[in-house]
Amino acid sequence: MSKLSRLILLALLTLSMPAAWADDAASAPAAAAVSAPTEPTLMGVDKISAGDTAWMLTSTALVLMMAIPGLALFYGGMVRKKNVLATLMQTFAITCVVTLLWWLIGYSWAFTPGSPFLGGSSRAFFNGMTFIHDPTNKLSVSHLALTIPETVYAMFQMTFAAITPALIAGAFADRMKFSAMLVFMIAWSLLVYSPIAHMVWEPTGWLNKAGVLDYAGGTVVHINAGIAGLASCLVLGKRLGYGREAMAPHNLTLTLIGASLLWVGWFGFNAGSAGAADGRAGMAMLTTQMATAAAALAWMGAEWISRGKPSVLGIASGAVAGLVAITPASGFVGPTPAVVIGVIAGVVCFVAATFLKRALGYDDSLDAFGVHGIGGIIGALLTGVFASKEISGSDGSVLIQLKGVAVTVLYGFAASFIILKIIDKTIGLRVTEEQEREGLDISLHGESIE
Amino acid sequence: MKLITAIIKPFKLDDVRQAVSEVGVQGVTVTEVRGFGRQRGHTEIYRGAEYVVEFVPKTKIEIAVEDALVDPVIDAIAKSAQTGKVGDGKIFVFDLTQVVRIRTGERDASAI
Repeated sequence: MSKLSRLILLALLTLSMPAAWADDAASAPAAAAVSAPTEPTLMGVDKISAGDTAWMLTSTALVLMMAIPGLALFYGGMVRKKNVLATLMQTFAITCVVTLLWWLIGYSWAFTPGSPFLGGSSRAFFNGMTFIHDPTNKLSVSHLALTIPETVYAMFQMTFAAITPALIAGAFADRMKFSAMLVFMIAWSLLVYSPIAHMVWEPTGWLNKAGVLDYAGGTVVHINAGIAGLASCLVLGKRLGYGREAMAPHNLTLTLIGASLLWVGWFGFNAGSAGAADGRAGMAMLTTQMATAAAALAWMGAEWISRGKPSVLGIASGAVAGLVAITPASGFVGPTPAVVIGVIAGVVCFVAATFLKRALGYDDSLDAFGVHGIGGIIGALLTGVFASKEISGSDGSVLIQLKGVAVTVLYGFAASFIILKIIDKTIGLRVTEEQEREGLDISLHGESIE
Repeated sequence: MKLITAIIKPFKLDDVRQAVSEVGVQGVTVTEVRGFGRQRGHTEIYRGAEYVVEFVPKTKIEIAVEDALVDPVIDAIAKSAQTGKVGDGKIFVFDLTQVVRIRTGERDASAI
């Protein structure tokens, strides 16, 4: 009985206050922090906002579209003709695998309260996530998004969990065994993605408590994927013939279509991270557009000046760099800082993907680290510079942001490196030289586009 | 009988086809080829990585003709494929010893 009455009290209280999202929970009034639910809770369906739910359903579909076909085409167009299907296959398979992992335990470890480093296991197999039509008309709601069904919140976050490991694939394109990739992604999703998502986004996570701001995943998604990409191209080594043979993209039309789908889908990613159809979602959408256009032109311009020609791959890469960099900042800044973030990201990522990569000598095939790692770090730090209290209720701090970046980089790199080394010593990570020469499409999948 | 082989710029193919039809050629075989000559290759840059493309895409056409048509066809190709810039291509002429039309078994001049 006392549990029920507590529940009703909570429901009544939460109705009268603004929703407390993960990223600004710290700034919510003290009273609200005490009385708002701190774990997934059953609520009456009348507490659900139809507008918020409609937007979050839409956002979820948009983010899934970023991965398949957006990212798949973006990467697929950049590889050589013999590796196209293998590259498309990676993104598609990762999406399926992570979906099941999310149901198994991933969601619970990320988004239920637990230790400062990992959530609990109460939502394993989506246990307790429910909608009871009759007779009580109740459904479960995440404490991180109080006006939408938990099913929608878990599904929305699932699409983030799916695209993040798929981003890593850009770093090791053309040379990893498909079986090894599946094992790596399973381990990475559970041991790296869920813990980092918990630390940054769940209120019991220690980086969240420390005040690290990450609106839509600059740290959790992009730095995390970028640094894992760097680890994987270091462990795997360079592609055969790297630096000597031509490795020009086989079809930049696919890449441009992919980049465009990523851009459109990113409105779900960033504006959807509001968890609601509100003013902050609108601002996130606007800043996303501004930063992306600015970064695309900045990369194009930097390339035009230093290399003589503005390229299609350049403008597409710049757009993605801008999308990455604005991701952590999108709900915290206004449109003018967004333009500044975009310009900086466009130029710095261009330098990272061209000069820096060559100078350091690693073979990040499709620049997963150069674009997502570097772009994510720029975005995370600049969020600390430009965060507006007016828009978000939060003051940014570059130092606190730096802490979030450092933890993600160190933990993400170390964990990815160890997982990859273990796989390399057991089932082997890299295809044989013969398979690599022949191309992964034929040698791993028995198919080709020719 | 001669076999006239010409290497031309790909975008000139339609002009050449038109020109040789006008002098009475009945059939042409077209192949997409790559190669280099005085034009050499070009450089492509992808995210700062430079690739020298040494072989330039060209189109090869092959035409079998009776002796009387050799000069008109050469003239037609040379005129229609010319832009005046390096890389316009070349024409090679070979002796043709036999021609057979597979459908009817006709030989030589009547098979062209």
